[in-house]
Amino acid sequence: MQALTPAAAAIELRGIDKSFGVVHAVRGVSLRIEPGTITGIIGENGAGKSTLMSILYGLYRADSGEIWVGGQPVEMASPRDAIAQGIGMVHQHFMLIDTFTVLENLILGAEGGPLLAGGLAAARAELARLARDYGLSVDPDARVADLSVGEQQRVEILKVLFRGARILILDEPSAVLTPQETDRLFDILRTLKERGVTVVLITHKLREIMAATDRVHVMRQGQIVAERRTVDTGSEELAELMVGRKVRLDLDKVPVGQGEILLRTEHLSLVDDRGVRLLDDIGIELRAGEIVGIAGVTGNGQSELLQVLAGIRAPSAGRFTVCGHAIDTGHPGDPARMRELGLAHVPEDRLRQGMVAAFQASETSILGYQDGPPFTRNYLLDGPAVGAHCAELMERFDVRPRSPGLRSSHFSGGNQQKLVLAREIARRPRVLLVGQPTRGVDIGAIEFIHRELVKARDSGCAVLVVSVELDEILSLADRILVMFAGRIVGEVEPRRADERTLGLMMAGAQAA
Amino acid sequence: MDEAFSFVFLMLASTLRVATPLVLCAMGGLFSEKGGIVDVGLEGKMLMAAFFAAATASVTGSAWAGVAAAVIAAEALALLHGLACITYRGNQVVSGVAINILAAGLTVVLGTAWFARGGQTPPLVGDQRLMPLFLPEAGDNVLVYAALLSVPVTWWIVARTRFGLRLRAVGEMPLAVDAAGLSVAWLRYRAVLLCGLLAGLAGAYLSIGQNAGFSRDMTAGQGFIALAAIIFGKWRAWPALGACLIFGLLDAVAIRLQGVRLPGLGEVPVQLIQAMPYLLTMFLLAGFIGRAVAPKAAGVPYEKER
Ligand SMILES: Nc1ncnc2c1ncn2[C@@H]1O[C@H](COP(=O)(O)OP(=O)(O)OP(=O)(O)O)[C@@H](O)[C@H]1O
Ligand SMILES: [Mg+2]
Repeated sequence: MQALTPAAAAIELRGIDKSFGVVHAVRGVSLRIEPGTITGIIGENGAGKSTLMSILYGLYRADSGEIWVGGQPVEMASPRDAIAQGIGMVHQHFMLIDTFTVLENLILGAEGGPLLAGGLAAARAELARLARDYGLSVDPDARVADLSVGEQQRVEILKVLFRGARILILDEPSAVLTPQETDRLFDILRTLKERGVTVVLITHKLREIMAATDRVHVMRQGQIVAERRTVDTGSEELAELMVGRKVRLDLDKVPVGQGEILLRTEHLSLVDDRGVRLLDDIGIELRAGEIVGIAGVTGNGQSELLQVLAGIRAPSAGRFTVCGHAIDTGHPGDPARMRELGLAHVPEDRLRQGMVAAFQASETSILGYQDGPPFTRNYLLDGPAVGAHCAELMERFDVRPRSPGLRSSHFSGGNQQKLVLAREIARRPRVLLVGQPTRGVDIGAIEFIHRELVKARDSGCAVLVVSVELDEILSLADRILVMFAGRIVGEVEPRRADERTLGLMMAGAQAA
Repeated sequence: MDEAFSFVFLMLASTLRVATPLVLCAMGGLFSEKGGIVDVGLEGKMLMAAFFAAATASVTGSAWAGVAAAVIAAEALALLHGLACITYRGNQVVSGVAINILAAGLTVVLGTAWFARGGQTPPLVGDQRLMPLFLPEAGDNVLVYAALLSVPVTWWIVARTRFGLRLRAVGEMPLAVDAAGLSVAWLRYRAVLLCGLLAGLAGAYLSIGQNAGFSRDMTAGQGFIALAAIIFGKWRAWPALGACLIFGLLDAVAIRLQGVRLPGLGEVPVQLIQAMPYLLTMFLLAGFIGRAVAPKAAGVPYEKER
C-alpha cells in the first residue's frame, strides 16, 4: 500500500458515467472518501449504487470518468487492479463457492504458490490471527454451503482482509442478516475503522447509517444529490433526500372485523431427508382481513412453512386447508393448484423462486399465471396483452425503469421485488403469503409495499408475512407469531409487544 | 490352475487395453468439465488424433512423430472448441457436436485423398507403431502406462495445486473467480488444452498402439463412453478410472462372448453388454445409484456486462 498524505482521499471518483444500453445508470458522479472513515451511500432502488461500486472494483468499466486511489489516478480494468490497490468488496450477492471449504474460498486468487498445501497452512494461521484481532471466527474447514448467511458474510469479509485490503466496500451487507448478526457486523466494522481501514457501506437502513457512519452520500437516479456529515443530519432528512418527498412509515390501519378462516393448518410437520424436523406440529389460523406476521431468526422453519403452504414442498404429516380445500400428505398441493384456490405467494428468494432471471420483465410479470386468458389464446402467448399488463403493473407499483422488454436480472434488487409483488397482489388473491416483503427495498418502496399489503388486507385478503425485520412485523401485523426451531413458540399482540420480549422469544428463551 | 491364471491375466490385459483410451479421454474431459466447459467433442478429437497419428507415422516411419501429430491435431480442435465456447460464448454442446461431425468427415476426406485406400491409412509395421514394453502378449505400450499415470496426476493437479483450485472454482462460479481478480477465459483455455492433450494421446493409442493403422470411425463411440465414465465417476479422477475399467471389462467380456452359445439361453446378446455403459450411466443420472452433481457452471458461457 502506498503512503497516504493526509490530504489525499482514500478514494476519489471524478465524473464517473455509465450506461447500460438505454439505461443511464450512473451520471457524472464525483465523490471523495476520506481514509479511516465509514462512509455511507444510500439511495433508492436502481439509483446506481451497486453499479458505481462495481465500477470502483473493476467489475464494470465506466464509460467515462477517473478513479483516484490514495492520490493517484488508476486504471480499473479488472478486479485484479482494484485488489492491487488494496480495495476489497463484499458483494450484494456473495461471491463464494458453495462446494469449497472456508479456507479454500479464502485463498482463491491469493494462494501464495503453485501448490496448495503451503498456502492453506499459511491461510489457516492467518485466519486464526484475524479471528483474534477482529473477533471474526469461522470454522476454516466447514463447507460454505453448510454455513448460515451471517457466517458466509463473515467469510466474505475475511477474504477481503486476508488480501490485506485497506478499503472495504460492502453492498447491502445487512439485507440478509438477522438483527443479532447485523449488530455483530457493525461491531466488526467499527473495529476495522479503529485499525485504519476505510469502509464504504451501502444500505437502505437509515438506522444503520445513523449508527455507524461518519459521512453519508445520497444517490438518486444515477447522481449524488446530497452529502452530509452524519452528526448533522437525521433519518427524516435522509429519507426525504433519498426519495425526494416526505416518507411516512407509520401505518394507520383501521381495525377490521374478523372474517372467515381462509387458511388453517393442523399438526403440520416437515421432516427432511436427513431426518431433521424442520416444521413441528404447526397449528395456525388465518382469517380474511388480517395480517399475521411471523417473526423469528432465519432458519427456524419460516421458509419451509411458506414453501409447504405454497405447495412447493409436501408436508410430512398433518394437513392444512386453503379456502375450504384440504391439503394433506395424501392430497398434496402444487403451486398451480394453490393459485387456483386463490393463494398467492411472494417467495423470499425472488431471484431464484420469484422469477426467471433471463426472462423479460413482461414474462416475469405473468409467471405462474401464463395459462389461459387474458395472456394465452389458442395456445399462443398474446405478446401485446402481456406487455400491456406488465406496463400497467410497472406504473402502479412504480417499477423502474418502465421497460417491460428488459431482462429481469437487469433490474435492481428492489425493483425486482416490486415486480414480483405486483404480479401476486394484482391477482387479488384470497390468501397472500409474503416472505421478506421489503428485503433490499428502499424506504420509499417500503412505505409503498406496506400500504399495498394493508390495502389487500382491507379488501378481505388474508395475509401471512414472514420477515426478519422486527420493525416491519410490528407495524404491519395484526397478530404476531414467533417461530423457533420449527415450532410456533408464542403469539403476541403488536400493541403489547416490544422488540426486547420478541427478541427473547425468537431466541427460544421463553414461550408465552 | 495355470489355465485359470492365464485366463484371468488375458482378461485383465484385454480390459486394460480397451480401457486405456477411455481413461485418457476421461481424464481430459475431467479437466474440461471441472473448468465448466462441457466436452461432447472428445470423440471427434480422438478420431482426428488417431488419423493424424497413423498418417504421420506411416509417412515418417516414426511412432513418436505420430504421437506428436496426434496431440497437435487434437489441440487444434480443442482450440476451436475454446474459441467457440470461451471467446465467443457459444453453446458448448453444439460446438462439441460440430467437432465430432467435422472430424468424422475430415478424416475420411483427407485419408482418401492422401492414401487412396477408402479412408484407411496404410498398415503400420515395426517402428511405425508403439510396441509393448514388457509383456508382449498384454500389449502394454507406453501409452497404457501413461493412461494409468494420468489418473493420480489428474487427481493431484485438481486437488492439490493452485491451478486445480482455480479450475474447480471457475467450473462452479466464474463470477467469483472474476471478482477474485483472475481471468476466467485463460483458466478455461488451459482446461480445454489439457483436455486436447489427453484426447490426442488417446487417439494415438488407438491407431498406432492398439491397432496398426487408422480406419474410418475407429473410435466407435469411445469418446462418449469416456464422457459416461466421467459422469459415473461423479467428476472425480479415481472413480472415473473405476468406471473406465468396468466399461473396459464389459467390452472385453463382450468380445470374448461374441458368437458363443450358452446352453438354454441361446446366443449371448453382445449388444446388450456393449450398451451397459450407457444404461448404467442412465441409471446413475436417474438417481438409482447415488447422485451425480456436475460442476455448477458447466455448460454455461460466462457473460458479463462491461
Ligand atoms: N447489467 C445491467 N444491464 C442493464 N441495466 C442494468 C444492469 N445493471 C444495472 N442496470 C440498471 O442500472 C440501474 C442501476 O442499478 P443498480 O443495481 O446500480 O441500483 P442500486 O442503486 O444498487 O439499487 P438497489 O438498491 O435496488 O440494489 C438500474 O436501473 C438497473 O436496472
Ligand atoms: Mg444494489
